[in-house]
Amino acid sequence: MDKQAFPHTARRPQSAGRQSPAQSPQKTDDTRDMAVRIRVRNIDFYYGNSRALEKIDMDIYKNRVTAMIGPSGCGKSTFIRLFNRMNDLIPHTRLDGLIELDNRDIYSSGADVVDIRRRVGMVFQKPNPFPKSIFENVAYGLEVNGIRNKKLKEARVVDSLKKAALWEEIKDRIHESALRLSGGQQQRLCIARCLAVDPEVILFDEPCASLDPISTRKIEELLLELKESYTIVIVTHNMQQAARVSDYTAFLYMGKLIEFGETQKLFTVPRNKMTEEYLTGKFG
Amino acid sequence: MNGTKTVPFPRAGGFPKFHLRNLTQRIGFFFLFLSVMVTVLFLGVLLVFIVARGIQVVNWEFLTQPPREAMTAGGVAPAILGTFYLTLGAILCALPLGVACAIYLVEYTPKSYVVNLIRMSINNLAGVPSVVFGLFGLAIFVKFFNFGVSILSGSLTLAIMVLPSIISASQESLLAVPQSYREASLALGASHWQTIRKVVIPTALPGILTGVILSIGRVAGETAPIIFTAATFYTRMYPSSVFSEVMALPYHIYALMTEGVHADKQAPIAFGCAFILLCLVLCVSAIAIYIRQKQRSKYG
Ligand SMILES: Nc1ncnc2c1ncn2[C@@H]1O[C@H](COP(=O)(O)OP(=O)(O)OP(=O)(O)O)[C@@H](O)[C@H]1O
Ligand SMILES: [Mg+2]
Repeated sequence: MDKQAFPHTARRPQSAGRQSPAQSPQKTDDTRDMAVRIRVRNIDFYYGNSRALEKIDMDIYKNRVTAMIGPSGCGKSTFIRLFNRMNDLIPHTRLDGLIELDNRDIYSSGADVVDIRRRVGMVFQKPNPFPKSIFENVAYGLEVNGIRNKKLKEARVVDSLKKAALWEEIKDRIHESALRLSGGQQQRLCIARCLAVDPEVILFDEPCASLDPISTRKIEELLLELKESYTIVIVTHNMQQAARVSDYTAFLYMGKLIEFGETQKLFTVPRNKMTEEYLTGKFG
Repeated sequence: MNGTKTVPFPRAGGFPKFHLRNLTQRIGFFFLFLSVMVTVLFLGVLLVFIVARGIQVVNWEFLTQPPREAMTAGGVAPAILGTFYLTLGAILCALPLGVACAIYLVEYTPKSYVVNLIRMSINNLAGVPSVVFGLFGLAIFVKFFNFGVSILSGSLTLAIMVLPSIISASQESLLAVPQSYREASLALGASHWQTIRKVVIPTALPGILTGVILSIGRVAGETAPIIFTAATFYTRMYPSSVFSEVMALPYHIYALMTEGVHADKQAPIAFGCAFILLCLVLCVSAIAIYIRQKQRSKYG
């Protein structure tokens, strides 16, 4: 990490030199008129004294899939966990800068965290179903958000399980413990659970890490389908996947946003040398 | 590899036949086995001893009648009832309070120096000798609040005595709930309180129950805290309110063995009481273990 990693002010002049890759959000022709769902401005994020994210500016566009790529430990999970304020749960962390959801600062003192988290759903890196039945897992989000009607609840549960490509496999044992599902099934259950509460933005943290190619394809199809009505952010280590499903790609390295732009352009003509090296596997 | 010859891996037979590690392993296992046997032996002897001597005097009259003839005949029903009331009262006070405390300490306070200090003091409080709690109960409940020597004073004293162990057991099981469950719940738009109520507590419940089981055993069996606060040596009366003083099994055993003049007639009754106490504690444990097992197998 950076030697001078304990600044007194959030905004300080960008250090000069060849290591200054953080770029302002690129305004290509295509993006100029597009609705911004999440706006990230000049953020720094610290775990204790160590800086995990540095001077990031980025926009996440409505009804688009944005992929986050970068080597392990570069801060992808940390970054997207800021969007639903999940990092609030980790003690001794600090965020400087601005993050807006639909033009509202989600870290302002008046922000309704519970509402933000309902609107910004998340599928975690490790599958984390509750020690409850499959049905209860999916119904949980509906219950806590005040849906009591049994019929409606059941319909939503089945619908979500179908969307997550899990229904066919488990429809006969929907009242069995979710912990008895395989890792890949658990992950799809978590996706179903997330879809059930009908969020506006969905953050996927390596959703396909423990899935076989067939389930992976189903999830990818799902992502493309969801794009119609949701805004999607996906962290992935799979370059093909990023290329296949995403409209925009952000490349992070050591907590810095090295390059951000349309997937098509970033993959074919990366502007930054590091991006190119990472994409071609010549990194490090 | 440039030029270096690879050394062939020794095939079967290439190793020496005798392994010292097999011997040390056997010796190790033997000592572990021995420790288990010694423990089981003592526990077994204790059980057989209590059961064999206790069962001789236990009959329907012993369980349902008050003592007669200066405690040398009759039953111990008031003591059984007294112990039941005291234990119930203590657990009813200590369980909600202890669990609430644990939840607050684990879920609502940032992990700081102060909280650690509070946690440590609570853990240490669990090791304070019970007679100290007895004196405290005498001073506070019996005298200051003027509850007198009564079920109320005794229950409260016992509750304060087990509170630390209930709190630490609950804390342990709350801390053992994976953080990922909390994250999953909050990420779905559940409030902190919903998360605690619907995810954290149900998951921690088996562990909390285990703590409660151990506490029940301890409360039922403690003598020192109730000597000054609740127990009486002899009464033919059944308690009429929470302000009545009561007989209690552990204190009754103590009284039978140290007071009175017919030691030969009193000793068997004491063993009968010990036997009943043992049965009561085992019953409670069995119930709690059953609940715990059911909970586990449901979502195992
Ligand atoms: N809870 C935490 N406390 C302290 N440091 C952390 C914590 N979580 C992550 N970090 C550190 O922050 C950095 C970024 O971690 P992060 O999990 O965001 O990486 P990532 O890009 O998601 O990696 P991966 O691809 O392996 O999931 C790492 O150096 C990591 O060690
Ligand atoms: Mg990660």
